[in-house]
Amino acid sequence: MKYSYYPGCSLEKNARSYHVSTMAIAKSLGIEFVEVEDWNCCGATEYISIEKVPAYALVTRNLALAAEQNGSTNLVAPCSACYLNLKKADHYLGENVDLRQKIDLALEAGGLSYQPGSLNVQHLLEIIAVDIGYEEIEAQVKRPLFNLRVAPYYGCLVPRPAAMGSFDDPEHPTSLDNILKRLGATVIDFPLKAQCCGGHMTQISEETALELLRRLLKNAADYKADMIATLCPMCQLNLDAYQDAVNAHFGTDYKIPIVYFTQLMGLAFGLPADELGFGSEIVSARPALEKITLEEPKPARTRERGKKKTDLPLPTRPEEG
Amino acid sequence: MTHTVTSRPPTLFDNVIAETPGKALNLHACLQCGTCAGSCPSGPDMDHSPRAIFAMLDAGMDDEVLNSNTPWFCVSCYYCMVRCPQEIPITDIMYTLKRLAIKEGYYQEDKAPEFSETFCDFVEHNGRSFELGIAMRYHLRYHPLGAFKMAAGMGLHLFRKGRMDLTPSRIKNVSQLKSILNKAKELGGAA
Repeated sequence: MKYSYYPGCSLEKNARSYHVSTMAIAKSLGIEFVEVEDWNCCGATEYISIEKVPAYALVTRNLALAAEQNGSTNLVAPCSACYLNLKKADHYLGENVDLRQKIDLALEAGGLSYQPGSLNVQHLLEIIAVDIGYEEIEAQVKRPLFNLRVAPYYGCLVPRPAAMGSFDDPEHPTSLDNILKRLGATVIDFPLKAQCCGGHMTQISEETALELLRRLLKNAADYKADMIATLCPMCQLNLDAYQDAVNAHFGTDYKIPIVYFTQLMGLAFGLPADELGFGSEIVSARPALEKITLEEPKPARTRERGKKKTDLPLPTRPEEG
Repeated sequence: MTHTVTSRPPTLFDNVIAETPGKALNLHACLQCGTCAGSCPSGPDMDHSPRAIFAMLDAGMDDEVLNSNTPWFCVSCYYCMVRCPQEIPITDIMYTLKRLAIKEGYYQEDKAPEFSETFCDFVEHNGRSFELGIAMRYHLRYHPLGAFKMAAGMGLHLFRKGRMDLTPSRIKNVSQLKSILNKAKELGGAA
């Protein structure tokens, strides 16, 4: 399968391990990524706070380039913010005639044009979970992640907003859970899986951000997660690089490594850890990875509990994936 | 909330709707149910909850709305937006309020616009951003103590791990991007 690929600025340096591991698993899964040539920044959440038309023009230049270069009509972004911005621009330009006319004129000034709806903007998680599918993922697993307790963390911008047609539930997404289960990992219940990491608040109001980060780390620690698997460079950076600050601020002692789900996929596919960007995380993933065993852990006791008559009549968790 | 049909100069309420892409007209149908306020992770830091902001907009309290720190504390998590029973694009309205506050010379919380402006400035000149470099430049320019804290702590960690660039990367066709952005600015006005 062939996709146009928009890496985004984070994947160039800060989230290099996300890019490297994505390319590594693409090979195993038979995916071909064609990078959009000369792509520019999507504007993150900043540009739209200052000026509307230039913000949409900035994003749409990428859509125009991707459509013109014609690598594929499916455009994939691994970064949540890039994904949302690209998808939102495509969606709103199709809906809002006034904005569309202005963007058309702006692009024309650079010799470009874009017809809304001509690309299908997808997040990396979507193509792996939906286009590739769980069976194919499981078929590639050579070294299952037995005994590794992973918290699946989706953040905000991939599951929401659903108005543009999300592939997963906006509040209770399960696709990443399912992928990690197929890798053999023990996926913990992670009620805050789609809560916010604070985004750029670490720069603007650190206390606001630290509280949001503390909640996530506490939730993962309460459920005895060995690590948190993420799909967004911003979430990874905040949880990883500010974990020290959270500990200092709240007097806690969290040491939860934050890795990209693609790194765990690569590991389970039997690829060497150093080719997947492991080691670039600030809270080392090594102690957690050493917990991986060759034998499958015994099924969790929680399932048996539902059968006891003394329990409250709560709905049982459906079997997934 | 009331529907406005008479001819009169546009109010802030009208401007917010006009400047927000998507189904911003739904703002007329706000029920004041407070689902947005209850869903907001940074609600405790806000002067007014999103629900209150919409009531104030409707009541014509323009100064108070534009002075409020509410949009600047929005973390763009979109919880309010997916939960709103009237499908009001709340997150997008928060962005509009930020833009209008800048345009009108308001805003109480000064850090956020400065950060956004540093970011935009960077992207306009290079076509790419590198968040860590931008953060550093922003701190150096506006909050030197913060820059020192960052460089000595997290910055050093990230640099050691090879995750921090010292120089930005640049796209090839910066001039094309500039022509597009200049034209967009000309068409878009300040908001």
